[in-house]
Amino acid sequence: MPDPRFKILTSASTSGPGDAGRTGSWRVERPVIDMSRCIPAKTGKPACHLCWLLCPDNVVSKEIEPTIDLEYCKGCGICAQECPVQAISMVPDADFLEGAASE
Amino acid sequence: MSNPIIESGNVAAAMAVQLARAEVIAAYPITPQTPVTEKLSELIAAGQMDAEYVAVESEHSAMGVCIGAASAGVRAFTATSSNGLLYMSEQLHWAAGARLPIVMCVVNRAIGAPWSVWNDHQDAISQRDTGWIQIFAKDHQEIIDMTLMAFRLAELVHIPVMVNYDGYYLSHTYMPFEPPDAECVDAFLPAYAYKHALTPERPESLNTVTLPDARLDVDGIKRGGYMDIRHNLHEEMGKSIEVWEEIDQEFQSLFGRGGHPVIDPYRCEDADVVIVAMGSMANQFRVVVDRLRQDDGLKVGILALQMYRPFPSAIIAEVLQSARHVMVYEKGLSYGNQGALYGDIKSALYPYPARPRLHNFIVGLGGRAIPTESLYQTMKTACEQDLQTPSAQVDAPQWIGLQL
Amino acid sequence: MKTNPRTTVLNLTEEEFVYPGNRACSGCGLSILYRVGVKALGRDCIFVVPPSCLTVMQGLYPIAATQMPVLNGTFASTAAIATGVKAAMRRLGRETQVVAWAGDGGTSDIGIQALSGALERGEDIIYICYDNEAYMNTGVQRSGTTPQGSLTTTTPFSGKSEVGKDLPAIIAAHNPAYLATCSASYPLDFHDKLLKAKQIKGLKYLHVQTPCPPGWGIEEHMTVALGRAAVETGLFDLYEIENGRMQLSGPSQQLLARPALRPVREYLQLQTRFKALGDEQADALQAQVDRRWAGYRDRFK
Repeated sequence: MPDPRFKILTSASTSGPGDAGRTGSWRVERPVIDMSRCIPAKTGKPACHLCWLLCPDNVVSKEIEPTIDLEYCKGCGICAQECPVQAISMVPDADFLEGAASE
Repeated sequence: MSNPIIESGNVAAAMAVQLARAEVIAAYPITPQTPVTEKLSELIAAGQMDAEYVAVESEHSAMGVCIGAASAGVRAFTATSSNGLLYMSEQLHWAAGARLPIVMCVVNRAIGAPWSVWNDHQDAISQRDTGWIQIFAKDHQEIIDMTLMAFRLAELVHIPVMVNYDGYYLSHTYMPFEPPDAECVDAFLPAYAYKHALTPERPESLNTVTLPDARLDVDGIKRGGYMDIRHNLHEEMGKSIEVWEEIDQEFQSLFGRGGHPVIDPYRCEDADVVIVAMGSMANQFRVVVDRLRQDDGLKVGILALQMYRPFPSAIIAEVLQSARHVMVYEKGLSYGNQGALYGDIKSALYPYPARPRLHNFIVGLGGRAIPTESLYQTMKTACEQDLQTPSAQVDAPQWIGLQL
Repeated sequence: MKTNPRTTVLNLTEEEFVYPGNRACSGCGLSILYRVGVKALGRDCIFVVPPSCLTVMQGLYPIAATQMPVLNGTFASTAAIATGVKAAMRRLGRETQVVAWAGDGGTSDIGIQALSGALERGEDIIYICYDNEAYMNTGVQRSGTTPQGSLTTTTPFSGKSEVGKDLPAIIAAHNPAYLATCSASYPLDFHDKLLKAKQIKGLKYLHVQTPCPPGWGIEEHMTVALGRAAVETGLFDLYEIENGRMQLSGPSQQLLARPALRPVREYLQLQTRFKALGDEQADALQAQVDRRWAGYRDRFK
């Protein structure tokens, strides 16, 4: 057992999200899902979910209508690229900021 | 000694590891350490020791295996010499910064280039800044006793400990010593328990990139940056001296040996001239001291230093306050400056009122013989010279025994 | 050994083992393979990681994006450290998997000695090399596995003149208990190979080609498409070697039935790192692939 008089400081990290802060601030484009094309959304049952599988940052949910965690989405666009029915488009993030021109 | 055996220093070390019940042994052969690895391998193969033996492919990996095992909460050991110690140098820094209680025996041997298999202290000396605690044993009894104590110290203060002993002079010579009783060792050395031991039940990332500055953790608590962690290592190295002394007292009560864990002074109480040395040479000097006192009426003493890192500045400076001359004999140096031990002693004395005249002698590099007669003559000349014409402080080391 | 049913997107566990908001690059190939790979490995693991992209992804002390016990160590000693951790697990009577995750530099260059030693000793660990084909963590310097012709910061004008090491072949020569090549673009194939590896004793080596947008000169959204192109052009083959027997895996095996593979140039032209690759070199590469695949067609018909 270690001597209780000694603090023994070590670099031992515990887990949590956002080590890099709000990585959502990294992106210039954000994914927008067209639920009328999205296979699980259209059929109402679990299907495809490739966007969930291939997201490097685990910000796409495995739901019938997938949602994106915009706090952490880095805007890489892999989901949009890989969606087999092109249901996801990458839209400039600036369009969604306050004061942006309405779409 | 009630039950002595006669064996080599290397076997004494191996027996300590067996008694300590080290569970992961990493081994890479290098002269003159090889008999340690062979003996441990034999003990395990014969079922006399229950441990994992990993015949690694290099010393860097030997320390890597120890780092892995110790991080997972299991007692680990390795041994090496010379270039092997240097090859694992970055791992030494790693183990210390990671606060892992690894114990390693270093069978001191000169470093290349050029190649030398013989004894000197440069291997250990060159690693004195790594953050490892460094102990120097003087004889076979100390090898076995101090290696056992080293496991205890390492696991109390969570700093790795290097137990040094002279290649050939101690590793390969045969001396009587008493192996501590196994049951008493079990009482003396409790199981290793580590709060950051790697386990899925409490997942942690150990030693990731650590910023210069402190940072809040996931619970909002401020955690130190790199400098704070390193400062803690340095501070706690200093506090280890006291713990080593406490361990020695406990060892004494269980095994009846010890009493001089940090320094071992011989006839220093009334000495005008105190010799300081580490390792087997310190024992050799006892003969020289007796003769100088008896034949030449010179009041000389020998101070063996056993804990080199952390450097016990206060203890040494206080003992040396009453001496007029201090003769530092060493088997290594800081090239381009002066003897490493010499520099440490000079620095220790700086804040103190009494500053004896210091003399630095470099001896025995690459295993050059240090005949007792030659030590006697050197000392006699140095002492008598001073009586006639007190010399000014000479910082440059004197090299004894050069042949060109 | 029990054979697992093939994992699909639908039956892949939803449990996550890494937090978002980490420091991996946008579109990082390692992020995909690590995220899915750990779903196969589960929580009863200890990871060993050298300085590499995964070090960055873990994050800065005292916060880790990874949720597993991870031991970071020096560059050259990943396999040795993993050896020590596994020896400790045996002493503690635990079945915890010990998994090394190292990059190509930490495996084929500075880490090869320790890995070779661990292979020779048959250490019971899983060793995953994620090969992004250069020292990406330090800014795209050439490594032992960087392909010929590739531009990097240390092969800046005419590209690397030497051919990259065939690391799986070097590992195979050590006769590991299991060897597999995988791709970040086929994460479920990687997932199932890990499930298999977990059940085997001895050293299991998985080599994963890992596309890297900043290092390979592709847009971040092309990571998966590019890895797929590497496989579909026959440049990077997915296979397993067990008991000395080689077997092509799913996506590569399916190519045997096709009359032709996608031309190698399709893969090369997608990446600016091959900008300096001349026609002759590209033709030579195509010829190499053609020869190898002709061999496969004979062997695996």
